[in-house]
Amino acid sequence: MTDFPHTPPKMSWTFSNEVNAEIRRAAATGIYDIRGGGSKRQLPHFDDLLFLGASISRYPLEGYREKCGTDVWLGTRFAKNPIHLEIPITIAGMSFGALSGPAKEALGRGASEAGTSTTTGDGGMTEEERGHSKTLVYQYLPSRYGMNPDDLRRADAIEVVVGQGAKPGGGGMLLGQKISDRVAMMRNLPKGIDQRSACRHPDWTGPDDLEIKIAELREITNWEKPIYVKIGGSRPYYDTALSVKAGADVVVLDGMQGGTAATQNVFIENVGMPILACIPQAVKALQDLGMHRKVQLIVSGGIRTGADVAKAMALGADAVAIGTAALIALGDNDPIHEEEYRKLGTTAGAYDDWHEGKDPAGITTQDPLLSSRFDPIMGGRRLKNYLKVLTLEAQTIARACGKNHLHHLEPEDLCALTVEAAAMAGVPIAGTSWVPGRY
Amino acid sequence: MQSFDLSKDGLRALNSTLHSLRGETNMTEWEVINPKGSHSIAVGVDALIDVTVRGSTGYYCAGMNKQATIRVKGSAGPGVAENMMSGTVIVDGDASQYAGATGRGGLLVIKGNASSRCGISMKGIEIVVHGNIGHMSAFMAQSGTMIVLGDAGDALGDSLYEARLFVRGSVKSLGADCIEKEMRPEHLELLANLLERGEASHLAKPSEFKRYGSARTLYTFNVDNASAY
Repeated sequence: MTDFPHTPPKMSWTFSNEVNAEIRRAAATGIYDIRGGGSKRQLPHFDDLLFLGASISRYPLEGYREKCGTDVWLGTRFAKNPIHLEIPITIAGMSFGALSGPAKEALGRGASEAGTSTTTGDGGMTEEERGHSKTLVYQYLPSRYGMNPDDLRRADAIEVVVGQGAKPGGGGMLLGQKISDRVAMMRNLPKGIDQRSACRHPDWTGPDDLEIKIAELREITNWEKPIYVKIGGSRPYYDTALSVKAGADVVVLDGMQGGTAATQNVFIENVGMPILACIPQAVKALQDLGMHRKVQLIVSGGIRTGADVAKAMALGADAVAIGTAALIALGDNDPIHEEEYRKLGTTAGAYDDWHEGKDPAGITTQDPLLSSRFDPIMGGRRLKNYLKVLTLEAQTIARACGKNHLHHLEPEDLCALTVEAAAMAGVPIAGTSWVPGRY
Repeated sequence: MQSFDLSKDGLRALNSTLHSLRGETNMTEWEVINPKGSHSIAVGVDALIDVTVRGSTGYYCAGMNKQATIRVKGSAGPGVAENMMSGTVIVDGDASQYAGATGRGGLLVIKGNASSRCGISMKGIEIVVHGNIGHMSAFMAQSGTMIVLGDAGDALGDSLYEARLFVRGSVKSLGADCIEKEMRPEHLELLANLLERGEASHLAKPSEFKRYGSARTLYTFNVDNASAY
C-alpha cells in the first residue's frame, strides 16, 4: 500500500477550540456564561497611540526640576462645592456586595492617601468606604439599593449611572452566593437569591426627565454637590450632549474594557465600544456645545499605565477612572494564589468568576474567611503606590511633551500606529499627516 | 401657619427653608400656594412638620421625604414621594407615573387614580390608592404593602420580591412570577389597619380584597424559566 501524503488536520477559524468549548458548555449547562471584568478581546487601544515628544518646535521640561501639575477640579459648572483632586486618576464605582467590606476600605484608604476620590456602587454606601474616603462619590443607580437622603448629603458628589462600558443597556447582577445577610439587608432583598437589578431608572425616562431628576437631587442637597452622569460607550457624542443638556457637572464615560462584577460574557464582548473610539466623540460634543473643560469629562475602561492616563487626557479627558487596575493593585489575580486558582479551574490573570464569591485574594467575595485574608491597610498602601506611579508616569510623558500640567496635553502630541486607532482617535498615522476619515 | 408663595419666592427658597427645620420646631404648619405644577416641591424634608400644597404639583413632589406630612390639594406629577423614607404623603387628586417609586418607608395615600408603575421597586413603603392603578405597577417591588381599592392594569407585580399587594377590583393581568395568594387573618388585620390610616376605611372592607405576591420561581436563575425573563 502506497503511503500518499495526507492533507494535515485543519482547524476552523470560525469554529475554533475556544468556540467549540463554549458550545459544549452551553449545551451541557443550559445557561449563558456569566463572568466579571471587561472585554477580553484585542481592541484598538491606547497602545496604538504614541506621543511625539518635544523637538525643535517644542521644548521639553526638566524631568525632576520643572513642575508638572496634576490636580483637577470637578463639578465647577453648578455645584457650590466642586471637588478638587490632587491627581486626575479616580477610583471607579464598585459595589459593596461585589467587593468585600475590607476591599472597599482599602480603596478608600489608597485613594485618600493619593489625593483622589473613590466611588460607591450598586449596593449603597458603607461605613468602611465613607469612613476611609476623603472624597466619596455616591452612585445613584436604577436599583436605588440603600438610597437615602442622608447618604446623598454626606457624599462629596453624586453620580447618576445611566450605563457602564461593560454592558451599556444592561442592569446589575449579583448572584446568590454573594447575597450575605449584610448585603441582603442593605439591598432589602431575600438572602441568597440571584439579584438582577433594573437597567432603567424607575422614575425617569429620557433626557428631559433626567434634567428634572438632576434638579431634584440638587434641591435635596442644596445645590452643593457636583452631579456626574455616567454613560457606557455606546453613542458618546449624543449621550454626552444630552448629559450636558440635562445639567450634568461632569460626564463619566466608560468604554467596553471597563469591568463589571458579573454579567453575560456575550454582553461584555459584543455590546459597546472601546474607550479609544469614545473619547474623541465625547470631547467633540463638549466642544460643539462650548462646554469642554466647563463640564468635566472622566473616562474609564482599560486604563493601566501612566501612558494610558496621559493619552486619555491628551485626547481631551479631564480625568480618568480605574477599576480593574485598582483591584489588581490590591492583589486580585495575583500569581501567589495560583494553586487555588487552579483548583477553581482557572489561572492567575484569567480569574473572572467573581460572581461565585470564591476569590482566593479575598477581594470579590462576601465569604468571611476569604475576605479576612485581605489586609485593607496593606491593600490601601499598594493602591496608593500604584496611583503615585501612574501619576509619575503621566508627568514624565507630559514633561517630555513640554507641558507643565497634564491638562495641557493635546491631540497634536499624539500619532497612531494603526489605521483603526488613527480613525478612532482622530490623530494622524505615525510619519504622515493622514487622519483616516478626515478630509 | 407659615405660608409660602412659590410663584413669588421660588423653589430654592422653599426647599432651603424646609431643610433648615430640623428636630423640634414650633413652625410645624406650612402651606405652599401657587405651586403651578412646579417640580421638586418639598423634596428632602427631614422634620416633623405638616406641609399643604394648595394646587397640583410637577415631578417628584415630596421626594425622599423623612418624617413630614405632605398634602397635595390637587394632583401630583410623576414620582410623587419617590424614595420616601418615612412620614406621610397624601394626594387628594390623581398621581402620575412612578408614584412612591423605590419608597423605603412611610405612607403614601392617593385619593384618585395612580398611573403606570405605581410602587415600582418599592422597598418598604405603604401605598394606599383609592382609585385604580396603571400597568407595570409594583414592578420588581421588594418589600412594603400596596392597597388598591379599584382596578389594576397589565402586568401587576412583575418580577416582584417580597412586597404584599392587595387589590379590590379587577387585575388586567399579572406580571411574571406574581400570583394570587391566600388571604389569612393577619392579612385582613393588616388591611384594616392600613385602610384606616389611608383614610379609606369608609370606602372598602378588608374582606373585599385579593392578595397577590411572589411565586418566588425567579429567585434563582433557571434556564427553563427563560420565557418569563
